[in-house]
Amino acid sequence: MPDATGLELLAQDLGDAALETVYFRERATLMVDPGQIRTVLMTLRAKGYGFLASVHGVDHYPEEPRLGVVYELLDMSRVDRITVKLRVPTDAATVASVTADWPTADHQEREVYDMFGVVFEGHPDLRRILMPEDYEGHPQRRDFPIGGEPVIFTRDESKWLEARE
Amino acid sequence: MSAVQSPALDGAQDTETTEELLTLNFGPHHPATHGVLRLLVTLQGEVVRDIKPIVGYVHTGIEKTAEDKAYWKVIPVIERMDYLSYYFNAMAYCGAVERLLEVEVPPRGQYLRVIHLELNRIASHLIWLGTSALDLGAVSIFLYCLRERELILDLFEMSSGARMHTRYFQVGGVIEDIPAGFERKLREFLEIMPKRADEYGAILNSNEIVLQRLRGTCPLDSETLLSLGVTGPLLRAAGNPWDLRKADPYSSYDHFQFKIPVGTVGDNYDRFAVRLAEIYESVKIIEQAIDGLPEGPYITEDRKVALPPRHELATSMEALIHHFKLVTEGFRVPPGEVYNPIESPRGELGCYVRSDGSSKPARVHMRDPSFVNLQALAHMSRGSYIADMIATTAMLDPILGGIDR
Repeated sequence: MPDATGLELLAQDLGDAALETVYFRERATLMVDPGQIRTVLMTLRAKGYGFLASVHGVDHYPEEPRLGVVYELLDMSRVDRITVKLRVPTDAATVASVTADWPTADHQEREVYDMFGVVFEGHPDLRRILMPEDYEGHPQRRDFPIGGEPVIFTRDESKWLEARE
Repeated sequence: MSAVQSPALDGAQDTETTEELLTLNFGPHHPATHGVLRLLVTLQGEVVRDIKPIVGYVHTGIEKTAEDKAYWKVIPVIERMDYLSYYFNAMAYCGAVERLLEVEVPPRGQYLRVIHLELNRIASHLIWLGTSALDLGAVSIFLYCLRERELILDLFEMSSGARMHTRYFQVGGVIEDIPAGFERKLREFLEIMPKRADEYGAILNSNEIVLQRLRGTCPLDSETLLSLGVTGPLLRAAGNPWDLRKADPYSSYDHFQFKIPVGTVGDNYDRFAVRLAEIYESVKIIEQAIDGLPEGPYITEDRKVALPPRHELATSMEALIHHFKLVTEGFRVPPGEVYNPIESPRGELGCYVRSDGSSKPARVHMRDPSFVNLQALAHMSRGSYIADMIATTAMLDPILGGIDR
């Protein structure tokens, strides 16, 4: 992990793209400007963070801006991790896709889109990945209720389709 | 199949009369997909041109369910994600919560965790080996692998009462100490396992059909694998010795001597050989852990996190209050978020937990290695025969419970 000072230095290098630094439980997190995510990740890649371990979403309901996208970067030679995080409001939940630079983000961005409704601009194939294609809503949002989901058996599929119309 | 190498294969295609592409639906119910995985395969003759994986058939909303449960009640649901490596799921999650709480796991707890994690790694690799060999036409090895896995499940049953999804790992340590007789049985198993692994190697390495289907098929270099986020045995098969147990040790892994098996070219044979060699290394780790098992508590003595021992409940009012609070509400976790990665049998298993200060997690996310590794299947299989794609799917070792969560 970069220590607290190292994190500040990184943030300085990123300039106005870095909004905030959080050093919590020996883990470094950079809050960044959603508009500049691709340049931020490429700058960090040039500094050695060459492996994108994970991309996942988080909902900060009821705080605004609500939706967060978290990128976990790893420098394999120094065994050093840094978390890059951005936050977007639900009514303008659009982030540039990093799939072109990091092919691993493909499935994971689709999952964030599926579960939280964050649209990744420039993603080659942005479809739902875990939920059915005709599903409505984004189930991992905090205001999406648990339960009440109809169980669809083949024998009453026609009834269920009628009820939906 | 592997007699025709990939470069020559394209040449072979020129002589084919067909230019027509065929889209084949493969799965979701097909024994060779190792679960409910659907692949849309684009074929030119017998040659794979593209693969689109379609997942989500066993999505059960575990991450959503976890947000509605107290921290310690999340462990049983999270164990059911990747159903072959349940101890690893629990370890990633408990490690994340422990980091948020700043709780130290006592040395005995850490060693007991290592013993169970490595036993689980062997069990997971045995299922992989058995089912993969089955796909390659070697039927009997499946029975042998399940026979040895049975011994491991017996050990799990001894220590926790359950054979699968044991809920043995708790936040702060493990739920119970190992019972009398566990050590003897474990040592018997450690005696048997390397010999049995020798037998698997002997059977498969002298099976010409298996070798033909594995050697030289669907290789992928370390660079491409890293850009696709692939970790674990698949990456090590391509010669990159990346293993979180060595690189970033957790739970006292730095106390043990073990090697990281690596491959050379990263073909299906290397993937097979690396996993088989890992079984021996896991046995070594367990041997050292049981030899050096420290005395002391097996779970943290922080009463705000771990249940008080049974005998205290009869005599101490304070213990009773703690017990009541923990069972009804659960413990509260300071607000914050952490990402805790560990090395599962399939690669980097990361657990992201965000706490809002209440007794239920605000977000639990598993970075499941199967989900990420699945993206590499198309890159591995492009330009090879469809039969090699079956072998590659087997060597990829996807667990659909982990992919769909």
